[in-house]
Parts: sequence; C-alpha cells; structure tokens
Amino acid sequence: MKRRVVITGMGVAAPNAHGLEDFTAALRAGRSGIRHIKELEDLNFACQVGGIPENFEAVRRRYFDHEKLMSINDNIGYASVAAMDAWRDAGFDVPDGDSEDVDWDTGVILGSGIGGMDTIARTVVPMVNAGRVRRMGSRIVEQVMNSGTSARIAGLLALGNQVTSNSSACSTGNEAIIAALERIRAGAAERMLAGGSEGASPYIWSGFDAMRVICRKFNDDPERASRPLSASAAGFVPGAGGAVLVLEELETARRRGARIYAEVAGGAVNCGGQRRSGSMTAPNPEGVRRCIRQAVADAAISPRDVQAINGHLTATYADPVEVRNWAEALERTPADFPFINSTKSMIGHCLGAAGAIESVAVALQLHGGFLHPSVNSEDVHPEIEAYGDKIPREVLEMPELRVIAKAGFGFGDVNSCLIFKKWEDA
Amino acid sequence: MEEKEIFKEMIDILRLYAKDKEGLDKATMATHILDDLKVNSARLVDVIIKCEDVFGIAIEDDEADKIRTVGDAVALIGKKLA
Repeated sequence: MKRRVVITGMGVAAPNAHGLEDFTAALRAGRSGIRHIKELEDLNFACQVGGIPENFEAVRRRYFDHEKLMSINDNIGYASVAAMDAWRDAGFDVPDGDSEDVDWDTGVILGSGIGGMDTIARTVVPMVNAGRVRRMGSRIVEQVMNSGTSARIAGLLALGNQVTSNSSACSTGNEAIIAALERIRAGAAERMLAGGSEGASPYIWSGFDAMRVICRKFNDDPERASRPLSASAAGFVPGAGGAVLVLEELETARRRGARIYAEVAGGAVNCGGQRRSGSMTAPNPEGVRRCIRQAVADAAISPRDVQAINGHLTATYADPVEVRNWAEALERTPADFPFINSTKSMIGHCLGAAGAIESVAVALQLHGGFLHPSVNSEDVHPEIEAYGDKIPREVLEMPELRVIAKAGFGFGDVNSCLIFKKWEDA
Repeated sequence: MEEKEIFKEMIDILRLYAKDKEGLDKATMATHILDDLKVNSARLVDVIIKCEDVFGIAIEDDEADKIRTVGDAVALIGKKLA
C-alpha cells in the first residue's frame, strides 16, 4: 500500500489575486488579472498585455525586512511569499531568525522555467559590461542560481529535508508536485513544500514575443486577450507569480489534526522524445496520452472517474489538439467528456509557476465543490465545437466533484499530469 | 571627519547587516564584526561597498581583508579621509 499524500496548506501569488480567499473569489467570478503593460509598449513588444500580481511591492515589504529584500528578486519574492503563506495555512509558525531548530522531515521542491532574469538583465550584464564587477556586491549568486527560490524558502522556514529546484519549462510546477509526491511516498520525507514561480520581466517574455507565440491582437482589450479553447485565440498571454502546496503524508497530517484540502492521488511525467510531430516546441500527442494514462494508473482510478480537467490550455493552436488527446486518453466522446477549464483564461500563462498556481486552483475547486469559468471561450474553436457544453462559462456549483485531472506541457516536449481527489475521510 | 563621527556612521552601516542588533548598541572600537555582531561573512563585501559610498573613498581588497573589528574599519577610513 502506497503512503498517501494530501495537501494541508497552500499559498498563491497570482495575477488576479494574492492569498487563498482572494484567489477563490477571483476564480469563482472569472476575474481576469490581465492588464496592459506600459513597459512592453515602450519596448516595442508586439504583445503589450500580461498578468502580473498587483501591488506586490507592498506585499513584499510586509513579509521581509530591508536586509532580506536586498536578496529577493521578483521570482524569489513570489516563491517566498507563497511559501510563507502556505506554511502558515498548514498550521505552522514561521520560525524567527534566532531559533536554531531545523525541521529535518520537511523539504522544498520548487522551480522556475526561466528564473532570475531581471537580476541578470538589470544588474549583472550592465555592471559586468561596464567593468564594475567589484561593485556588484554579495547578493547576485543567490538570486541567479537555479535553486535561488528553494534555497531562500529553506532558510526562511528552517527546513532540513531535500531542498532543490527543478526546471522543465511550462511543466515545472506540476513536475515539482509530482517529485514531492514521490519523495513522501518513498518515505524520505513527511512533508514537502512543492510549487513553482516566475518573475515578471520583459527579458523573460522577449524570447516568446520574438517567436510570435504570445498574444498581440488584444493590446487594447487586455481582459479578453487570454482565450484558451476559443476560435479567436491569438497566442498565450505571459504571466508571473508563484504558488506553493504543502504536501504531507496522510497519517502525519491526521496525527496533528491538519485541515486537508485534497489528496494528490497520482501523477506522471514523461517526454514525447520530440518525434512523431513532437518537437522542441510542440508535443508528441502519443507522449501526452501516455502521460495522462500513467497518471490515471498511478492514482489507481479508472479513466471514467475523471469528472473535470484543468488543462494546460494556453490559447494557441495546440488547444484543440490537447482536447482530443484528453478524449482519447480518457476514452471519452464529446457526449461523455469531463468538464474542462483553463485557469490561464484569467491569469495568462505563468510559465514555471503555471502548474503550481493552477494546481492550487484545482485543490480549491475540489475543496469548495465548484468549477471555475473558463473565460473568453464563448466562440469555441471549430475543431472542438462538439465539446462546447463541457466548458463552464459561469461558475458551476458541483458538490459531487471528486476527481480532477491537471496537465502541463513544456518546451522540450515534456509532459506532466496530476490526479487530485476530493478529501473524504474514509 | 572626527573618529567619533566615523564610528557612528560605521555603526549605522553595520546596522543593515548585523544579526545581533543589541550587540550593535553596545559596540566599541574593539567589537569584532563577524564574531560579536554576527554579520554574515559573505556580506562583508557589501559593508565595504557601502563604506566606499558613504565616505567617498576607495578601499582595496587587501585593505578590506585586514578589517576584523569596528576599530580596524574606523582607523582605515580615518586614514583615507585624512
């Protein structure tokens, strides 16, 4: 019998909300966090809209003293705030700096797709080019190293189990949760903070703009720009933020009387090998289907048990392909297809944070018995018109909701799929 | 600038980095920056950069390496300003 793993705490810094209460309200209302970004316009980006957590500078100042703020760039800020929120939400205190106690049973796996690009672009490159390395100070490495987020969180919370940062492009957040699930199942940790984060920076988004894969047709109408599943989808909207889930071994959680949001029943990661129409930037459909089936098998459920899907669904040409892959992998027709929504329709594509933020959305939906609307999908893409009724346009109250599948796909042809179950003490 | 003024400025600079804030209030010229004030050794370069900015001086790496106590820093800065 596998050790069971449940979610006992969550924290989220998303473009449309900070904190679980605010995020739940945003999800229910279909509130968009997509805004016009003046800096992108000034820099001649084709896409001039994005999803950035609002008023976050003030949030950061509430959480960290001056000394720490000097070491916390955009990416690390979202991750650290989400981690502290999740830790407190799970019922723990954030230790004060004077305590020498270490929590050897808890670790962190939290990654980014791109990482500390703002520090590189605004400090490292200009200062190195100007011959001023001596003046850069001591805080560069900890902000640009790939493990900058997990390292900072370990220090804030005095965590002594595995502390690492993963990276698998837009699959990063999901992958972190799956790695944490496996570590707890293996008995190597009792509790893991898992998630992802990504900074908001034109330097991160420029490469996507140059590829013409981000949305340039809705600069005057930002809230309508992120249009997963829609006939008028025009590319993804870049987003930023962070989210952390506290995953905990079931008996450990029970012993301390923890509140449980949902069970992480199973998960799988794989790669399509960049073959059979898969490439660096497009998924091999067979890889996607195998990943979904493996996650379903890992959760020891039937494909028929999946009642809802929180898709990768970014608002590109790939959305209809994804829907058909789900149908085939779960052995469904349009008539008995699960409900399907895209959290990205409200927050854009938060890259390395996407899977984590969207997994928090999934757990909140299971816990609260609702499905959030997938906004901007009124004009369903013609290739998936038959699935149109399965896309919630308004919040659906669904107390009978038991199982949601969540997927993420990333550059490199990498895939991840998670199966979340409503927690019912039985 | 008098030694007393330099000392006061130096304590203000260290306030950003010292983990032991109480030790800072009781600091003397003999106070050891790393051991007594619990400044993270990696941050010493930031203390030096801050000193360069605040006092308008340049401190060579070899000179910085010799600083152990608040008094060492004050003496070096005093010499540079003289």
